[in-house]
Amino acid sequence: MIKLEAINKTYQVGGSPLRALCDVSLQIEPGEYLSVMGPSGSGKSTLLNMIGLLDRPDSGRYWFDQVATEELNEERRAHLRGENIGFIFQSFHLINRLTAFENVELPMMLAGQPVKQRRSAVTDVMAMVGLSDRASHKPNQLSGGQLQRVAIARAIVMRPRLLLADEPTGNLDSHSGGEVIDVIEKLNQDGITLITVTHDQQLGDRARRHIRMVDGMIDSDHNAHIKGSNIKSSQTKISDIKSVDIDSADTEDKKSDDATI
Amino acid sequence: MRLFDQLVFNRQLFMRHRVRTVLLLLAVSIGVASVILLTSLGEGARGYVDREFSALGNRILIVLPGRKETTGGGPPIYGASPRDLTLEDANALGRIPGVLAVAPIIAGTTTIAHSNRSREVITLGSTDAFFTVRQLNVGMGRLLSARARTEPLAVCVLGVKVKRELFGSRRALGQWVRVGDRRMRVIGVLEERGESLGLDMRDMLVIPVRTAEQLFDSPGLFRILLDIAPSADSDKIQEQTLRVIRKRHDGEEDVTVISQDSMLAAFDNILATLTMAIAAISSISLLVAGILIMNISLISVSQRRKEIGLLKAIGASSRQIKQLFIGESLLLISMGSALGISVAFALIFVFAGLWPSFPLQPPTWAVPAALLVAFGTGLVFSIMPAKRAAALDPVLALRGLQH
Ligand SMILES: Nc1ncnc2c1ncn2[C@@H]1O[C@H](COP(=O)(O)OP(=O)(O)OP(=O)(O)O)[C@@H](O)[C@H]1O
Ligand SMILES: [Mg+2]
Repeated sequence: MIKLEAINKTYQVGGSPLRALCDVSLQIEPGEYLSVMGPSGSGKSTLLNMIGLLDRPDSGRYWFDQVATEELNEERRAHLRGENIGFIFQSFHLINRLTAFENVELPMMLAGQPVKQRRSAVTDVMAMVGLSDRASHKPNQLSGGQLQRVAIARAIVMRPRLLLADEPTGNLDSHSGGEVIDVIEKLNQDGITLITVTHDQQLGDRARRHIRMVDGMIDSDHNAHIKGSNIKSSQTKISDIKSVDIDSADTEDKKSDDATI
Repeated sequence: MRLFDQLVFNRQLFMRHRVRTVLLLLAVSIGVASVILLTSLGEGARGYVDREFSALGNRILIVLPGRKETTGGGPPIYGASPRDLTLEDANALGRIPGVLAVAPIIAGTTTIAHSNRSREVITLGSTDAFFTVRQLNVGMGRLLSARARTEPLAVCVLGVKVKRELFGSRRALGQWVRVGDRRMRVIGVLEERGESLGLDMRDMLVIPVRTAEQLFDSPGLFRILLDIAPSADSDKIQEQTLRVIRKRHDGEEDVTVISQDSMLAAFDNILATLTMAIAAISSISLLVAGILIMNISLISVSQRRKEIGLLKAIGASSRQIKQLFIGESLLLISMGSALGISVAFALIFVFAGLWPSFPLQPPTWAVPAALLVAFGTGLVFSIMPAKRAAALDPVLALRGLQH
């Protein structure tokens, strides 16, 4: 689904070049759950923005679904981004003048979808993140955890296949952080590809594939498939929250389906 | 993005920034209203002049000696000095069908004196027809009679101001005055009336044309006034006038004929130009509104960096961002224009009630022109902020406010 080949990105900082990404190659299959960790300034966010088509590499190639993205113009990249990729940011980035519902509706509005379709999709995702009763609230009437869940709803309302989360719990206490993680992991179990950038070791460990970045390079990249079940059982520690009801049997099926795709 | 959605989006934005929105609306509406009101003022003046002219009632042709038009090239080789217009010419013109009356005029300045008072006065030598053509009425006594056409009578008619200065409140009728080196009897005083076609009739002396001929010792007429029938074709009579003069002047067309219609047209022209100049000047206020929109949009772009970055992250293309910002300006301008037009017409309506003799009337092009300028400047001045917004790097925009 995603294939990066020798991606380089250099910033000029005070006249001297700073390599934020250094020959990064990476392949990600549909339905994977990755965590990206590493020291501050190691290029994690840069990598995520690259994958999310928000940034362009200086050199290297990037295929998204076999599409060579570096050949696309800005218009096509925006379209691809809107249709396939959802972003979750550390600081939520909700628009204050709009209600939760309107914030979530925004991507569909930009895509020019009809009102009726929007209404049902937004209602669905608001229910999915457990905020049906907060639809008409403005961001300043919501808690941090709720804000991030609104942001998640906005990220998934277009039914993207890739969800990028840059420190999604960075501004949250552990309780609301747990809620948020529950929601996005549920989405992953339902088939979405999830990449989480984090400094939180515990959160990073929950992913099935761990990438560690140092100085713009991928230092280590290993699968934790075997430990998967262990992690799953320890899940209750962070997330003993009711907001999402996961039909585990169902999700197990889905997961195995995805693995075969 | 659908148009309706953009309108909703912009409405939310306007509601959020009410002061800013009201300020911009005000700027645009004042600009639009001032274009409409000021051009209405110009157009009103034109209508006023039109009506004053047509209130004169009759139609006049004025024949002047000498040609006005210069045909270019060097000075003419012969016939450089035009022939005088004579009383005989005037009589010949009077025989043109459609000419109701002919008033030959000899003009000059003389000294008029009575007892110990004297003053310089513009003196017109003419006939009884002069008063008909110029629609002058007698205030006291009587005007020149038909005999004044042919006889050098020693009589005169005074303008009210001349009468007042010579006689004060004493009776002037029947008194003898000295005009130049002649004695004349005052037979009438003109009715008080303002300026008419550039001559202040209150400050004049009118004597029989033959008397003036002797007084100024010149047979040349200053001009001839023709009163033409309301049904007559002014252009045709103008042509015939020239033909008659040509015949009488050995083929030289050495006079100029001015019609009242052409004078009115000249006035019209001047006032129409003036109205357009006013429109251009008042458009400057729209330009100012445009610049205000640009500045506020630029501020808005930098204040909304985060939002713009976010919109890009959730799939908005640069084109859509540009469209959002330009749409915002155009929407403001639409609302401001609607407000400005309403205010302008409301004021015109109120004005018409207060001052019915000078009706403000916006020229037909005023509203389209105001809208054109408003939307033109709005568009031009919103392109730059919109481009800046569209060019924002989403990563930086998002990071910049992530602190
Ligand atoms: N627009 C930019 N201009 C200059 N330098 C930049 C820019 N963006 C990123 N960098 C630099 O590139 C390097 C990688 O940045 P990046 O944001 O990817 O780090 P990170 O791993 O996400 O760090 P953190 O954990 O603190 O978020 C850093 O040294 C950063 O200062
Ligand atoms: Mg980062």
